Amino acid sequence: MCTLQQRGSVFVLTLTGDGEHRLGHALISSLRSAVASAAEAAAKAGPGAALVTVGEGRFFSNGLDIGWAGTSRARLSELVAALRPLAADLLALPMPTVAAVTGHASAGGCLLALCHDYCVMRGDRGVLYMSEVDIGLPLPPYFMAVLRAKITAANALRDVALRGKKVRAAEGKEMGIVDAVYPSADETAAEAFKLAEQLAARKWDGGVYASIRMSMYPEACRSVGIVEESDEEKRKHFASKL
Amino acid sequence: MESNKDLCTVERRGRVHLITITGAGEHRLNPDLLAALRSAVAASAGAGALVLAAEGKFFSNGFDQAWARTAPPHLHGTMDGGLRALVADLLALRMPTVAAVTGHAAAAGCALALVHDAVLMRGSRGFLYMSEVDVGIKFVDFVAAVLRDKVPDAAARRDLVLRGDRVAAPEAVRRGLVDAAIDGGPEDVVAAAVAEAERLAARGWDGEAVAEIRKAAWPQLWGQVKDHGAGPAPAGVRPRL
Repeated sequence: MCTLQQRGSVFVLTLTGDGEHRLGHALISSLRSAVASAAEAAAKAGPGAALVTVGEGRFFSNGLDIGWAGTSRARLSELVAALRPLAADLLALPMPTVAAVTGHASAGGCLLALCHDYCVMRGDRGVLYMSEVDIGLPLPPYFMAVLRAKITAANALRDVALRGKKVRAAEGKEMGIVDAVYPSADETAAEAFKLAEQLAARKWDGGVYASIRMSMYPEACRSVGIVEESDEEKRKHFASKL
Repeated sequence: MESNKDLCTVERRGRVHLITITGAGEHRLNPDLLAALRSAVAASAGAGALVLAAEGKFFSNGFDQAWARTAPPHLHGTMDGGLRALVADLLALRMPTVAAVTGHAAAAGCALALVHDAVLMRGSRGFLYMSEVDVGIKFVDFVAAVLRDKVPDAAARRDLVLRGDRVAAPEAVRRGLVDAAIDGGPEDVVAAAVAEAERLAARGWDGEAVAEIRKAAWPQLWGQVKDHGAGPAPAGVRPRL
């Protein structure tokens, strides 16, 4: 399902196998465990860590496990609800995060990528694709909140959400969604790792990093269920750092 | 306590009210400087536009942690409270505002520059730098709101606040952070800012309309600061639509 490796200061989260990496209960659960382990290990090691998420095979992730959900609305709702805390984990993660989009990232899979601070993507194949409009499903509120937080050019948001555009890496870069484009999956993964190393080398305090990130996307954070830190708590932190 | 005229000067150039933070230091935003700036802003009544500039290598290097280290913790709030009030005053100001970023603008100093309607920056020296991530300081709510409202592009904002980029003027223009990069020395930046302010003043806009439109344009930011400023002057007779 997924593995977590630590290579120096970088945690590499890999969606394993040649399949679609459909986000069902088991994979979501494994991802949450892995992300929590990374956070715990980083807390022990001190400042200077980063996470890279990468997919093996043709897919980054093709979204929620709608095969399992079948025609059951209840099951689909369950999966939507199950993914939400993973999105929260990533948005609150006390370290920089990089999505290495090494294959198709659709719907929930695209959302997963967008929950990272940086997206690097292969240019030779693969698309970012919010398929919901084509399938006939509304976007869950927290999906839309994350899209609105990360895709800030109005026509880009329109194209991704309302037109079901299949966005290739180069275009994603023009739209401000993708930070860098590389010729192949391997190079994408390697460069994502390098970027993560560079970010980790800045030795940012993880708690501060996460706090600043969350203050940039308050609506998305509220939407995924993150409780906002009070100004009083921040002030205490400020005083403690003098 | 130093008097206002030591910490910043005010002068009129035509219709422009020019405030200059004085001295060769970092212009750290401590309660004294913030109070002086608030007075200077209040003294703009009757002008057609406001420019905020600074002497020396720095526009402002942010909050004064050295002051905070010696001040009792219950007074720390007067520092970010002072900036919150200054931001409220600038947002509610009945005339266009222009920041002349003559030197480095970091952290709260960068946020202060961005609050202005227009930002002109020295082309060859100085950078914008949201240093908080590097220094390990969390954002106060209204500073986060300045960044969200004034740097709407997600990637540009992320690079500034989550990567601690030091952004020089040409790049700042490209990223949409500032309006123009000005060649020459600090005096040239001030002259260009004053010229821009004079052009804005020449539009003859009704001050109350400017203030109301501005507050409505940045609702997240205004919402965070609105109860902290100097408050409205007596209302004019112009009816609201």
